Amino acid sequence: MAENNVKIHVENLKKKFGNNDVLNGISVDIHLGEVVCVIGPSGSGKSTFLRCLNGLESASSGEILVGEHRINDKKTNINKVRENIGMVFQHFNLFANMNVIDNLMLAPVDLKKATKEEARETAMKLLETVGLADKAESFPSQLSGGQKQRVAIARALAMSPDIMLFDEPTSALDPEMVGEVLAVMKDLAKNGMTMVVVTHEMGFAREVADRVLFIDEGVVLEEGTPDEIFTNPKHPRTIDFLNKVL
Amino acid sequence: MVQILSMYGPMLLAAMGQTLLLALCGLIFGSVLGIIFGLSSVVDNKISKTIAAIYVHIIRGVPMIVLAFFVFYGVPYGLKTIFGSKFTFTALQAGTVCLAVNCGAYMSEIIRAGIQAIDPGQMEAARSLGLSYWRSMFRVVLPQAIKNMIPSIVNQFIITLKDTSILSVIGFPELVNKAQNVIAITFKSFQTWSIVAVMYLVVILILQQVANMLERRLNRGRK
Repeated sequence: MAENNVKIHVENLKKKFGNNDVLNGISVDIHLGEVVCVIGPSGSGKSTFLRCLNGLESASSGEILVGEHRINDKKTNINKVRENIGMVFQHFNLFANMNVIDNLMLAPVDLKKATKEEARETAMKLLETVGLADKAESFPSQLSGGQKQRVAIARALAMSPDIMLFDEPTSALDPEMVGEVLAVMKDLAKNGMTMVVVTHEMGFAREVADRVLFIDEGVVLEEGTPDEIFTNPKHPRTIDFLNKVL
Repeated sequence: MVQILSMYGPMLLAAMGQTLLLALCGLIFGSVLGIIFGLSSVVDNKISKTIAAIYVHIIRGVPMIVLAFFVFYGVPYGLKTIFGSKFTFTALQAGTVCLAVNCGAYMSEIIRAGIQAIDPGQMEAARSLGLSYWRSMFRVVLPQAIKNMIPSIVNQFIITLKDTSILSVIGFPELVNKAQNVIAITFKSFQTWSIVAVMYLVVILILQQVANMLERRLNRGRK
């Protein structure tokens, strides 16, 4: 049954900041191996939606299930759940006090997922796959934006998560560095990673996404395959948005 | 001057020893208080934040000389009146309490500001990997924050060292207290205070050099 494939189940998710309603009831299921791109105007709540999925923001109401874990339940050991959800941020957030290899090794070693030797081996392999094996000993401040983001992706993968969340991973990059980061993400998608990607890269969404969600004012206004959304959008707000960005 | 140095030099040196002892006690306990209240004021907990804020406000708002009199004379008297206790502080104990409480308040502000100056994204990234709040704090945030705090902490150490002089008022035999004794005997206040000033200056210059060395070492290999 398809139900068994649901990795993330979100039901009527609402989030308020003070009196400000940011999410007004989002319901969505994300399946194993699916790549879901979330698009929408600034301030629409798409980043907040993503941050609710691993509990960086706590939901005001509604239900979020990742696997069988209820994210917005105080009894859930959120740290344990997060070990299986990688996250990549707009501003990379590499640990500035550590070199690249230590950035990758910190969590696996500290959380006793691997010995130092194992973690180092995995980290080097991951750096090779993102094309940065030669930067293992560099500090984040010595890397370009694109390199930082590729390290950040490798760092998230070092915990071998089964879900990856991307929060506008290319928005802070120089245009010429966007490609190298998207290439890494495409590889990930090809290898069957379950991914939720908040992005302004419509080309990426069109090419890689299995499904696209258009979020505006805290609700999913429209969802469908990239073809449905990009070539045949139905909601006037979606049409308007796509006309502006494409 | 030579006469004072030859007659009272050993006594003044011993007094400097007492000054350093008192400063050390104050700094150790002050740092502990500073860390406790500094961390209390950054965690996501209203009660601990409020307690830390009240502590800092009270100490910042009361001159240390008042605090010294309050602790040394006021507290034992209060305890005697209310509980009939015969408790008294030695001057070293009272002095340590004053310095520690005072230094702790300023240190907690340095620590709070230092932590808050680190991009919240650092904490978020660590949390997103599954690290707990405190693990993220100690492995990622604090190592970065401490580097930025060091000049302010050194500054606070120096201020605390100089603040020991205030505790001459409760009779602790530190440098200023002993210098007053010397002047009472010799009447040579110009010479005596000159010597005392140079003694403080030398000790603080040495402390500053040690701090600079430490800072250079911490910055090595990092950008």
